Amino acid sequence: MNKTKQYCWLLLLCVFCACRKGADSVIPPTVTPVSPGDTGSIKGFYLLNEANMGSNKASLDFYDYTSGNYYKDIYPARNPGVVKELGDVGNDIQIYGGRLYAVINVSNLIEVMDVRTAKHVGTITIPNCRYITFDKGYAYVSSYAGPVLIDPNARLGYVAKVDTATLAIIDTCVVGYQPEELAIRDNKIYVANSGGYRVPNYDNTVSVIDLSTFKEIKKITVGINLERLRLDGHGNIYVTSRGDYYTIPSNIYIIDGTDKVSDVLNIPASNLMISGDSAYIYSTEWSYVTNSNTITYAIINTQRKTVVSRSFITDGTDKKIAIPYGLAINPDTKEIFVTDAGDYINPGRVYCFTPDGKRKWDVEAGDIPAHFAFTRIRLSGL
Amino acid sequence: MNTSKHFQLVVLLLAFSAARPLFAQSAVDPARRAADSAKRRPTDSIKIKSLDSVVVARDRLSKEIVPVQTLAGVELQRLGTHSVADAIRYFSGVQVKDYGGVGGLKTINIRSLGSQHVGVFYDGIELGNAQNGTIDLGRFSLDNMVSISLYNGQKSAIFQSAKDFASAGAIYMTTRTPEFQPEIKNNLKATVKTGSFGTINPSFLWEHRLSDKIKSSFNAEYLYSNGRYKFTYAKKDGYDTTETRKNGDVRSIRLESGLYGKIKDGDWKVKAYFYSSDRGYPGAAVRETPGVFTHQDRQWDDNFFLQSSFTKNFSAHYSLRLNAKYAYDYLHYLSDPRLDITTIYVNNHYRQQEAYVSAANLFTILPFWSVNVSTDFLFNTLNADLVNFVYPRRYTELAAVATSLDLSPVKIQGSLLGTFVHETATPANSAAPNKQEYTPSVIVNYKPWEKQNINFRAFYKRIFRMPTLNDLYYTFIGNKLLKPEYTTQYDAGGTYGHNLSGGHLRRIEFQADAYFNQVKNKIIAMPTSNQFLWTMVNLGYVEIRGLDVAVQSNWQLAKTINVNTRLSYTYQKAQDFTDKTSSYYGGQIAYVPWHSGSAIINPSWKSWSLNYSFIYTGKRYTTSANIPENYFKPWYTHDLSLSKELKIAKKQARISAEVNNVLNQQYEVVQSYPMPGTNVKFIFNVTL
Repeated sequence: MNKTKQYCWLLLLCVFCACRKGADSVIPPTVTPVSPGDTGSIKGFYLLNEANMGSNKASLDFYDYTSGNYYKDIYPARNPGVVKELGDVGNDIQIYGGRLYAVINVSNLIEVMDVRTAKHVGTITIPNCRYITFDKGYAYVSSYAGPVLIDPNARLGYVAKVDTATLAIIDTCVVGYQPEELAIRDNKIYVANSGGYRVPNYDNTVSVIDLSTFKEIKKITVGINLERLRLDGHGNIYVTSRGDYYTIPSNIYIIDGTDKVSDVLNIPASNLMISGDSAYIYSTEWSYVTNSNTITYAIINTQRKTVVSRSFITDGTDKKIAIPYGLAINPDTKEIFVTDAGDYINPGRVYCFTPDGKRKWDVEAGDIPAHFAFTRIRLSGL
Repeated sequence: MNTSKHFQLVVLLLAFSAARPLFAQSAVDPARRAADSAKRRPTDSIKIKSLDSVVVARDRLSKEIVPVQTLAGVELQRLGTHSVADAIRYFSGVQVKDYGGVGGLKTINIRSLGSQHVGVFYDGIELGNAQNGTIDLGRFSLDNMVSISLYNGQKSAIFQSAKDFASAGAIYMTTRTPEFQPEIKNNLKATVKTGSFGTINPSFLWEHRLSDKIKSSFNAEYLYSNGRYKFTYAKKDGYDTTETRKNGDVRSIRLESGLYGKIKDGDWKVKAYFYSSDRGYPGAAVRETPGVFTHQDRQWDDNFFLQSSFTKNFSAHYSLRLNAKYAYDYLHYLSDPRLDITTIYVNNHYRQQEAYVSAANLFTILPFWSVNVSTDFLFNTLNADLVNFVYPRRYTELAAVATSLDLSPVKIQGSLLGTFVHETATPANSAAPNKQEYTPSVIVNYKPWEKQNINFRAFYKRIFRMPTLNDLYYTFIGNKLLKPEYTTQYDAGGTYGHNLSGGHLRRIEFQADAYFNQVKNKIIAMPTSNQFLWTMVNLGYVEIRGLDVAVQSNWQLAKTINVNTRLSYTYQKAQDFTDKTSSYYGGQIAYVPWHSGSAIINPSWKSWSLNYSFIYTGKRYTTSANIPENYFKPWYTHDLSLSKELKIAKKQARISAEVNNVLNQQYEVVQSYPMPGTNVKFIFNVTL
């Protein structure tokens, strides 16, 4: 009897003491030396990793040109007090006025950091925020979450105007359906409307907002399911269409200085980055007809508006890249950066190429590495 | 971007979709065995009336020749669990994927093969869900449940439908069959449960003896929970936040009615089941600006089925079992930006129908040799108001031949299952090609000593799961060219059972199995050109090496003090070998812990009973990249319940109080879905 009791107590004791660690520690950055280091006015870049919806794993990496080190996941250690870290699904990152702005889509906010320290300064709450651009002390943010009228299916998006001094939203302007990227030209904002949630009735317009009145002044009909919108050095705007994944292919349109669609390039594009007179393009085009992805690369000369190359990765590294997902060109060195989202579940990689397309280095990033912001101010505390 | 919500919805559907229970019993059901063993149970000081006579069931570790675990009778009722899913956590070799709260989805994964490889049977007939292939076991109440059994491979009774051979592992839920004391015509029982999360959960059972041969049963249950609970996220030397889970409310009603008949050398049953629910989605607990937006999306489900079963032994050489079922499942999901401005409008309705017939023919050729031939036919439809939806219809024919040889001391069973699937869709060219698959299994049991209850066993089974209708046809995501996902299982183990007299230890049972599993052509979601646009592909390959151990014992510490204990332990190394070029090739797959275990200690004294239960889940990672960012720390919970049988105005009653997660452990089973901390429940039931 006593012995049995002893057994029972012992067992209970074991069970209660079964150890488990307390609160999780803040995860420190992973530092990987990737190159010998370099001097130049560009000190590095921030990379925003999107991570999967619901994982709350959007993360920030920093590449430091001075040391040649890649710092993966710098945000939590620098901001241990920010609840649930960077948030859920990073969608855009930009630097303006000494601050770093990360648009966190599913968290419905923009995380504002000091660009020198990557420390939290504040947040801007905008539901379903997508992309950000800046002009004269204001930030302009596209959002899917416009006013809901009688038909909840026909819900336009908007652009929010934010005072960067106070981080307060001071005005909004309704645009087209599910607006994506935006850019500013001649005191006007151009926004690519996708209408991606209105299948098969995609939007096909670029909204134009006058910055003085902050009112939409027109819509330019371009093509269905628009996404990227970039300025070149000749006053033209490049807009990409994702097509419908069935019979209408992805495409690139050019809006000239008179707001007319002057050119249709008839090449697919998922991402596009213009540096000097070169537009670097990759396309991961999915087709429901063939159930397959077609991955292509190209360079377009923006002066002649013609394809000058169908590959900017010249050493065969492109075969290792499962899903090209992010693209950036160092404006000074013209180094090319391409990210690989891999299987989207596990960490992706960043590849650095020389201007002639030879791999210099590559390194593991966070989940779904996607958006770059080059900085001329070196991150402190490295 | 157009499909982000679609994908999200698919995830939700995979997560929360239609589950439906059914009915019908077999002569060898655990329920019967539970009843048998009840008769052998030492009588408590208060005499138990017939309604509660199905009270205790010991595991029959040694009776089955495949690994089986059972929770039944009072052992099940005392666990202090809300649902069948909660109870299954005590089995070895199982992970329950739990999104938290009373209304949160709970699916199970046996030996890391994946939740779509689990067959779930309600009173002997499989619950189908052609749309997404999983059953939410959180929706099945323990109110009228007498046993829950988990089989690895398949049930080792060969006299069964072809469907019983068609899963890599199976859960059998068995509800009460009416039983009457002599001279009693009606059994009435009422139960009320209440407690944390604003839960109110009354139920009522009426059993009626129509004649000596025919009995009826009617059971109704209502559940409401506001689903609110506090949870904490904290980092060492960092943030520490406590929030409240919102929009996790659930309302459900369950109605079940059955007729049970006896005929010469056989029996028949008919059962109707209806479940209707309305629930909110609390959503992933990710970073947000506090207090600005709240999830408002909701789901409504109606699940109905009518099923019947007929068994007759025509002679010493031939027995027949017929099963038939019709099921209808309705799911409505609504996400409305008028309620939550962050969201996009989604308002989708899904309707599934299933018709099923089965005939199992058992031929006992010689006393030690029998052969079973079963054929099943299944028809499924899925309608949905999605753009470009193709309205799939699936025709499945299954034919199984099984044989059993009892060559003492060796028993051998073998089976071969043929599965033939034909699908149509609109337009016609959107249907998947026909499939024809043949899958075998072999089970061997060896009992070296006639007088010692020691058995050694081994099984081999190859089986597949069909791509679900969502996998194949979901607009923008489905891929009609998917092949079936195959599993191969090798298992070797043994059982030992021993009854003792005189000492404190009265009975001990032990079972251990080591296994090696492969999952080939694993169907996984693969992104296409952006992270919101996914498709389904046959890509994964997983190998699982594991060990399951379970020990049960009964102790009599004094004349009136009995203690039952049950311990289980699981070791699993489940590796992802999908991509050789990946840095994480061979990593432990998502959410599978290397070590997990459970303990139940259940002392009883006269009319009092105490139950202590413990669950441990070791460290695991959220993806096969086993890196700090994906690390999930171990968690464990302690649950306590105390109950007392009593008489109120000559009526038999039981009252119990439970405290679950006693140490208020804050943990997640699924990333961003926090689980409840300490919670309480009170149960009162009375037999009228």
